[in-house]
Amino acid sequence: MAGRAASGAAGTGYRGLTGPLLLPAWAMIGIFLLLPVLLMTVYSFLTREFRGGVDWTFSLAAYDRFLLSRGLFGDEPPVPEWTYITIFWRSIWQAGLATLICLIVGFPTAWFIATRPLHSRALWLFMITVPYWVNLLIRTVSLRFLLRDQGPLNDLLIGTGLLDSPLRIINTNLAVQLGLFYSYLPFMVLPIYAAVERYNFALSEAAADLYASRWTTLREIVLPVVRPGIIAGCILVFVPSLGAFLAPDLLGGAKTYMIGSLIEEQFKGSQGNWPFGAAVSVILMTLVLIVLMVYTRARGRAEVR
Amino acid sequence: MDEVVAVRRVVKRFGAFTALAGVSMTIGQKQFFTLLGPSGCGKTTLLRCIAGFEDLSEGTILLEGRDIAGLAPNLRPVNTVFQHYALFPHMTVARNVAFGLKMQGMAPGPRLKRAGEMLELVHLSAFADRLPSQLSGGQQQRVALARALAPSPRVLLLDEPLSALDLKLRQAMRVELKQLQEETGITFVFVTHDQEEALTMSDRIAVMSAGEVRQIGSPREIYEAPVNRFVAGFIGETNLLPVRVASFAGGMARVVLPGGHQLTCPAAQTAPTGTPHVSIRPERMTVVPPGSGDLDASVERLIYLGTDLQVLARLADGTALHLRMQNSARATPPGAGSTIGIAIEEGAARLLAD
Repeated sequence: MAGRAASGAAGTGYRGLTGPLLLPAWAMIGIFLLLPVLLMTVYSFLTREFRGGVDWTFSLAAYDRFLLSRGLFGDEPPVPEWTYITIFWRSIWQAGLATLICLIVGFPTAWFIATRPLHSRALWLFMITVPYWVNLLIRTVSLRFLLRDQGPLNDLLIGTGLLDSPLRIINTNLAVQLGLFYSYLPFMVLPIYAAVERYNFALSEAAADLYASRWTTLREIVLPVVRPGIIAGCILVFVPSLGAFLAPDLLGGAKTYMIGSLIEEQFKGSQGNWPFGAAVSVILMTLVLIVLMVYTRARGRAEVR
Repeated sequence: MDEVVAVRRVVKRFGAFTALAGVSMTIGQKQFFTLLGPSGCGKTTLLRCIAGFEDLSEGTILLEGRDIAGLAPNLRPVNTVFQHYALFPHMTVARNVAFGLKMQGMAPGPRLKRAGEMLELVHLSAFADRLPSQLSGGQQQRVALARALAPSPRVLLLDEPLSALDLKLRQAMRVELKQLQEETGITFVFVTHDQEEALTMSDRIAVMSAGEVRQIGSPREIYEAPVNRFVAGFIGETNLLPVRVASFAGGMARVVLPGGHQLTCPAAQTAPTGTPHVSIRPERMTVVPPGSGDLDASVERLIYLGTDLQVLARLADGTALHLRMQNSARATPPGAGSTIGIAIEEGAARLLAD
């Protein structure tokens, strides 16, 4: 303890205090990040207890189930299991699409807010965040109510004579996309807003002065300069979308089943399978980490160039 | 001398505020042309109008005879050096300099070669692969200059480019800018509020205030023959003495100085208007024995300036004036409180309009 404090305090005015002062931060990271991840990883290697929970014997059954199929009774020779990989693939695809849509809508929105006069920006930001005072579950259920075949949206479309029969949105990919988009749009808008607000508009003038058209200026100057905000927004939308279960559960159907729902089910009642749920979570987390690491590396290389 | 830029009766309004109230001027080929005035006089607005960042409310701007008032900035063959440089932070110095050439469709090979040449011109070859954030203010300034010069614009616009630099660097850059302009033969339109900067670099100066042009001329004309009190007061130090005009004849005026002495001097006007004043630069008056000069004054204070001595004096009617005398062994400075005579050099006084 003393040694750590001494080395950490070099050059600061808090001789001997650095260790204790860092304790809250380390406690936060330890209790709320490292410990749960560790627990989850350990659980994924345990044996399933049928009334929920785990039996403390080491087992690879959860990973085996994810990757290999041994037939209905578990006695056939193993063949690759595609069920869960398909769910993963669908989730990545859904989350990716939701991120793209959030970006396409969120970037102009953030740009619009950041270019308003200073005093009205707060109002616009407030309006973006107001829906988030309501619980996500209630918002998703409300969306289901709005979109259903006899809901207000279809009433309006039929009432105005635009359509003869109700538009089937509920239980489709479109409904899930709408749900994800509605849930996570602010996570795209806010970081991009922060980046655009710091953007020096003289750069756009300089680009125009050097013969760049508006589109070229956007592509060559604006987007690269505000890129950290865009990347942050994409991560903040993509990661929770990947693990989302409310939108696919409430708005989607069997064909839109996503990882979030799969994991959620493993921890519900006696039907659950805790080690399998933990294993799926570990695989999901590893996947996300790999994507982020590849990105960080690519960025590091781009900056050297 | 061919004209490159012609500004014709340009008016620019921002809401109820008129930034430019009918400005006209012509800027010639290969000129170092300076827009000089206090902040808020409209000089930067005029520059932005030429660059295309502001639309005109009225009037036209011709570039080599072609009306460019409706053209977007990217379609005008002019480039700008911005006050705070506006370098692209995510590009290396070389790519910053090559950007305009890339936009003009030049291939990567030739444009990087040209960028290299431009960096050589501003002595920054060694920094080609750095990012702008890794450079000092003076270096960023040179990159901005190289970037704007690389596409060989017809006109280079400079918006107070030296104001963010410290004094030493600013003085060195003045010489370098002037040299660069002579080497490249490009017309420079330079905006500044610093009259010393304007005098040292310019071929021609347009003095502006309150959205109007007050005088256009060479540095010597502006300094030695200001047409009104604003120009005389803004450029250099001067004394303004209230006078009575006795007569006008052939661009000259016979004026009565405070104290009754009469003087013939060049006049910027042909008929008396408002309150006539003569302007006399402090270095063009000499101290003589009382009663033998054009004016008599009592000395209030002597200020030692190294090469010069500044004499602060007051006339009998209360008008304050100051003059400079060289700090040499031959000159005996008057004591504070003593009465001196002041002789005005031949041609030093000038009758001004309001």
